[in-house]
Formats: sequence, structure tokens, C-alpha cells
Amino acid sequence: MEVFVQQLINGITLGSIYGLIAIGYTMVFGIIGMVNFAHGDVFMVSAFIALVTLLLVTTWLGIGSIALALLIVLIVAMVLTSVLNWTIERLAYRPLRGSFRLAPLISAIGMSIFLMNFVQVAQGPRNKSVPPLVQGEFVLMENNGFQVTLSYKQLIIWGITGLLLVAFWYVVTKTALGRAQRACEQDQKMAALLGIDVDRTISITFIIGAALAAVAGTMYLIHYGVVSFADGFTPGVKAFTAAVLGGIGSLPGAVIGGLLIGLIETMWSAYFSIDYKDVAAFSILAITLIFLPQGILGRPDVEKV
Amino acid sequence: MAIEAPEPIRIDIASAIKNAILTAVVACALFLPLIGFKTTTDIRNELVLETRFPLLLIFVTLATAGSLFVSLVIGPWRAHRLQRAPREEPWVPPAIARRIAPYSLGFVLIYPALVLLITGFQGGIKWIDNFGIQILIYVMLGFGLNIVVGLAGLLDLGYVAFYAVGSYSYALLAKTFGFSFYLLLPLAGILSAFWGILLGFPVLRLRGDYLAIVTLAFGEIIRLVLINWVPVTNGYAGISGIPRPTFFGIPFTAGDGGFASVFGLEFSPIYRTIFLYYLILGLVLLTAFVTTRLRRLPIGRAWEALREDEIACRSLGINTTNTKLTAFALGAMFAGFAGSFFAARQGFISPESFTFLESATILSIVVLGGMGSQVGVAIAAIAMIGGTEILRELDFLKDWFGNDFDPTQYRMLVFGMAMVLIMILRPRGLIATRAPSVFLRERKAISSTLVKEGRG
Repeated sequence: MEVFVQQLINGITLGSIYGLIAIGYTMVFGIIGMVNFAHGDVFMVSAFIALVTLLLVTTWLGIGSIALALLIVLIVAMVLTSVLNWTIERLAYRPLRGSFRLAPLISAIGMSIFLMNFVQVAQGPRNKSVPPLVQGEFVLMENNGFQVTLSYKQLIIWGITGLLLVAFWYVVTKTALGRAQRACEQDQKMAALLGIDVDRTISITFIIGAALAAVAGTMYLIHYGVVSFADGFTPGVKAFTAAVLGGIGSLPGAVIGGLLIGLIETMWSAYFSIDYKDVAAFSILAITLIFLPQGILGRPDVEKV
Repeated sequence: MAIEAPEPIRIDIASAIKNAILTAVVACALFLPLIGFKTTTDIRNELVLETRFPLLLIFVTLATAGSLFVSLVIGPWRAHRLQRAPREEPWVPPAIARRIAPYSLGFVLIYPALVLLITGFQGGIKWIDNFGIQILIYVMLGFGLNIVVGLAGLLDLGYVAFYAVGSYSYALLAKTFGFSFYLLLPLAGILSAFWGILLGFPVLRLRGDYLAIVTLAFGEIIRLVLINWVPVTNGYAGISGIPRPTFFGIPFTAGDGGFASVFGLEFSPIYRTIFLYYLILGLVLLTAFVTTRLRRLPIGRAWEALREDEIACRSLGINTTNTKLTAFALGAMFAGFAGSFFAARQGFISPESFTFLESATILSIVVLGGMGSQVGVAIAAIAMIGGTEILRELDFLKDWFGNDFDPTQYRMLVFGMAMVLIMILRPRGLIATRAPSVFLRERKAISSTLVKEGRG
């Protein structure tokens, strides 16, 4: 029981990170029908931006307050990652819009390889570890010496993820921008005829996706305290898996999928074998898709002649 | 129809400068954290920041200059070209395109001899091995994946799994039971084909990107199992001491009974390399031949019909299940051949060789070559693999940038950039025409924009 609760807490933490990345995949897929393979690497770059900003803020500027430092890091990472994703969209995907389906996919894979190796060359191949920022934890339960703990950093991750999801949900459902975005998702030509700037809307989609990925990147850095240039691929694939599991194109689906993948992974590591946790996540993805090809909340794909 | 005189192209200096300033600002923001600062570990093993502002300045200047170049030179040039020739012309004239295949076949047949003439015995191994064999392996993988992606229109992101199955089948069976290469080559192909069917069955209902993600997951599962199933696969450490192929029973060893002594030659490792070169060349030609013939059989036509329109296919009574499964199985079989050859050539394999990056590389070769075109696949493999391999040879760059400069570090960086650039410049791949497999009287090349890519 204690193990279960502890793994539930860990799973939700991991799942929030996956969910935040998954939103970027699912939004881009919803609006231009493209698998943005570079998104995992954008997440990794955002973690590096957060790392550099954190060092800058704490050692150079000497800001002692952790809350203030975290806020600055989060904002800088979100802004710079948004600029990065906007640039990527502008350079690598926009010229291919309206081209055939595989062209942007290959371009995105190329971008992913480029980003990974760029960070490797620019920052060196070694793991970068930072001293733990936030320490301390609540003890929720105790039984025979086994403590169920909820650490402050997990609480911070939950809080920030929840807050941003609410803000994001508000933007997508209640504002003109969100309406434009959903309109472009349904029919770009019609949206353009009604005076919506489709290019701009797509750019903003990429920016929002990147901002959420940057939050995930910062959380990842706080949670694990270590990041390397190769850390984009696996979380990226798992977040994509989460997006597909939840039903690609569906925003709540991405969050649910992320939480599910996080939980599956932590539960599997606790009860079965930690070596095969990724195998479990991928197998469950494959099995779900075979029986539920549209994902949990996805719209069924209508075949037209 | 009167031909209008082309309008002079105006160069908009104001917007060019505006773009350049925007580029400079964006480049500043992007490069500041990653180029402007470098995180290093100090003596106390703590992360510290170093500044590299001169380098940052160079990067921002380059980006700005690039933006100016694009808006002042490339933009007007493209507009000019569009005015002159509004329709897309074939990139390679058809007369040359028709002769590419026979001439290049002749070239690859005499390639080892050419290399030996130029470099002599000592330097030759590197050129035959790193360029010849390496590229041919990717050509073979490209041909195999071409069946799945280019002909049947099924997007497979985990193709490297079958390559891995082939490699490990050969390595394990050859080491454990001592079977010969010539027995295990077809066996590895068959085993891979089985895995292709095994994967094919559950994913038949999936389409498009769902299929892509499940195949990607499958590729990762195979790799993770190879890493974690230590008793059989030896995990990360990999399998070493894999038996090498023999010259039809004669080993390439130094002593008596070796290839050199049987044929009365002086021993040199290059004989094995040359033999391996012709072996993989034979396999590549076999793959190409089989694929070309299959395209004319009902099954090949069914693949292409499936790619064009699955619903129409089903309405006409084509069994789409079998069609998809055969495409998966045959594609996997060729990957299995290539895999067992790879294991035999290296003598050592580990899960490192079968990452997603390999799948992405093979897929990019197929797409960059122009899906469905075999000549295109071969050209793309030479450009992408040979092009990045050649970075290893550019020692003169050290004279320019100092001794710390290591061009191999930038290999994958350039590779990724090239993928993006080629896609932007030629989204339909390098070879933009297709020779249809079914035609009336005369075979006419058609534009690849008319070929669908399939949603399967």
C-alpha cells in the first residue's frame, strides 16, 4: 500500500512532465497534421536554457531567494524556447507547408538530430548536474519504517503544471486566439476566408507548445538535477506516445495520456522490473492502439473516398 | 501565345534590412544561452559558467549575413527563375537519368580496382570499407524500406528493428552452433521476415501516424530487449568475436589454408574487404532486381494501388491484409540480409548500432531519394552517408581552425542540417520523376507530384 501511494506520487510527477510535452505534440498535430519530431529536443534545449539561466541567476547575480530564482528561470526558459520553436517553424516547417506529408516529418527529424548535436558541440557531451535546489518533504504515511513522502519539489511541479494547464485551457477555450486556433484545426482554408491569419495562428501554436515544453524542461531539471544533450529523445518519444494514447489532437487527452504513461512507468518499475519500464510503456501503447485505434479521447478518423 | 518580357526584379532593401535586424535579435536571444555561455565543471566538481562572447558575436554576424544574403540574392534569384519557368522542370534531364543506372553499375563494379590503383594496398581498405561497403549497406536498407514506404505507402519508423534481428540472428547462431555465413544469410532474412509479419499483424488496423508511432515503439522495444536481456545478448557490451564470412569455405586468415596462401598471394587484410564489398554489392543488386520484378507482379501492383487508394483497392477485391503483410515481410527480409552481413563484416555488434537514429537515417534516405525511385535512394545514400563519412577525412580543416578542431564532432550536426535543407529545396526528393510499372505501349516518366504517399 505504501509503495503504491509513493509510486502514485512519483508517477503523477513524471506524468505531469510528459503531459506538458505531449500538449506540444498534440497541438501541432491537430493544427497542421504533422508529427513534430524535434519537440523532444526542444524540451531538452529548454532544460539547458534553464540550466544556464539558473547558474547565471544564482552565482552571478547572487539572487538568494529560491522562489524568485525559479520564477526568473521559468520565464526566461519559456521566452527563449518559444523564440527557438518559432524560428524552427519559420525555417524548417513553413516552407514545407502544403507539401506532401513526409517532407515536414523528415525535416523535423533532421531538426531533432541538429538540435541534439548542436547542444552536444556547444555544451559538451557530459551530464550537467546542479545541486538540489529545493529540499525538504512532507511525510504522509509511515509503516514499518517505510515512509511515503511528498517532496517540496514534487509539490512545486504539481502546482506549476496545474496552474499552467488551467491558464492554457483558458487560452484555448475562452479567448479569440484559442477560437482561431481551433478554427484552423478544423478547416484552414475556411478560417483564412473568414479573416484568420492562419500562418500567425500556426506560429502561435508552436510558441505555446514550446512554452509548455520549457516548463517541462525546467521541472525536469529541478526534479532530476541533471541534464545531458541526449535527454530529449526518450521523454520526447514517451510524450508522443502519451499524445497518441490520449488521442492525438485532443488536449485533455494529452494530459491524461501523459499521466497514464508516467503511472505505468513508475508502477512497472516498482512491481516488476525497472529495466523493462520503457518496454512496458511502449507495449501498452501498442496494445491500446490495436484495440482503441483512435486513442482514449481522439475523434474517429472518417475515411472518405 | 506571346511571351511576355520578364519584369525586372525589384530588390526591397528596406525589408531586407528589417529582416536582418530581426534575425540578429532572434539569433542573439537563441545563441546567448547555448553559445554565449558554456557550462563546465570546475575543480570542486561544481558547474560554473564560462563566457564566450566573441564566439557569440561571430554566430550572430553569420546569421545576419545569411539573412541578408537570402533576401538580397536568393530571393530575387528564385523570383527570376519562377518568372522564367513557372512549371517545374525535371532536375536531371531524362536522357541522363536513363543512363545513370548502367553507368553507375559499371562504376561500382570497378570501384575497388580504381581505389587500389589510386591509393595502393595500404590506404585502400579505408576507402573500400568506409565508403564502398558502408554506403552499400545503407543502399540495401534503403531499397528494403522503399518497398514498405515507397511502394506500399506504409510509414515505418522502426525499420532498424529488423536489421537488428538479422544481425543478432547471425551473431548468435554463428557463435553458438557454428553455422556458416551462407546458411545463416537466408535464415536471418527469414527470421526477420517472421518478425515483420509479427509486427504487421497487430498494426494492420492502424493508419498513418498511428502506424508510425507503433513501428517506432516496436523498434525501441527490440533495442531495449537487446540491452536488457543480458544472458542472451550480453547487453550493452554486445557480442564480439562473430565468425567472419569465408570465401566459399576458404577463410581469410594468414596461415596455411587461408585465402592468400591457397591463391598464392601475399597475405593482406584487403582481400577480405574486397570480397565483402562484392558480397554486399551482390546483395544490393539482388534486392534491386527482386524489387523491380516484384513491381510487375500482381503483388507489386497491389502495393502501389494500396498506396494510391486503399478504399478503391478493397472495393476491387484486393486483400489489403495480405498485401500489407507481404510488404512488411519482404522489407524486413532485406533488412535481415543486410543485418547479417553487417554482423559478419563488423565481427562485433551491440545495441548501439540499432538506435532510432538509424531508422531515421534509412527513412531519410528513402524520402530524400524520392520515394519509390531506386536510383534516387542510391544517390541519397551516397550523398548522406558518403557526405558525412568524408568529414572524417577533412584534416586540412585543422590547419584553418587550429588543432582542437575535430571535424568528426560535426558529422551528425551537418547530417541533420542537410536533411532539413534538402527537404526544403526538394520536398519530393532528389529524383522527381517516376517510371510507372504499368503502361500502354511506351513508358513515360511521370512527375512524382502525381504519386501519392499512402496513408497506411
